[in-house]
Amino acid sequence: MSIVWCRGNTIFYMKDFIKKHAKILTGALCGLLNGLFGSGGGVVAVPMLRFFGLEARKSHATSVAVIFFLSIISVIAYSLRGSLEWQTALSYIPWGIAGAVLGSLLLKKVPNSLLRRIFGVVVLASSVRILFFQ
Amino acid sequence: MSIIWTAVAGFLTGVTASMGLGGGFVLIIYLTVFAGTAQVAAGGINLLFFLPIALISMFIHTKNKLIEWKLVAPICIAGIAGVAGGVLLLSIVDEDVLQKLFAGLLVFVGLREIFHKKVVEKEP
Repeated sequence: MSIVWCRGNTIFYMKDFIKKHAKILTGALCGLLNGLFGSGGGVVAVPMLRFFGLEARKSHATSVAVIFFLSIISVIAYSLRGSLEWQTALSYIPWGIAGAVLGSLLLKKVPNSLLRRIFGVVVLASSVRILFFQ
Repeated sequence: MSIIWTAVAGFLTGVTASMGLGGGFVLIIYLTVFAGTAQVAAGGINLLFFLPIALISMFIHTKNKLIEWKLVAPICIAGIAGVAGGVLLLSIVDEDVLQKLFAGLLVFVGLREIFHKKVVEKEP
């Protein structure tokens, strides 16, 4: 069943509307999550990039570029609000860079299905802890 | 001991973030659940952390021809409005509510990752 609405004599289908404005909707949603949580844009970006016809590895890699530019905007906005802890972030960056080099090289070689499932379990367990034990 | 956990969290976040697997969640979960950091502060730390990690990843992914640059610009232009909306919401939404919303997003992401359909990829 499709969602439909009318204006005058014209019928609009939600599916067509989403298809026509998919890039704008993707950007707006990625930006909203990135601005609100400081993370999470990839949740929208990866499946939408697949919807645009990219294969899985390319959609994951391209999402990194999308989120990078949105994160620059978010950093500026957070900085204006005074919500940035530079010192804490700096302590994680050297380890993160080592991980990024490994992860970027692995993306081309490793089938990431198992990694995604492990990641899913960790994320789900964390959500339970946040929802019920904090 | 703390430096070991910082290294483990930073390294795992780097690996997953560079692969576009939602690395930000790893660092934010570590910061909020285990290090006692407030949700908004953790989000800000993750944003700063992500910039150099993404730069290195983008360099390697571009070399491996994995980034479709023509899709990046239109999505990012629309994303600017989204970021503005998100940061505006930060000023309205209570920290506790924000954390519950984040947990809700984690439930969605966790279930999606666990039950995702395995895709057989050709070698790039």
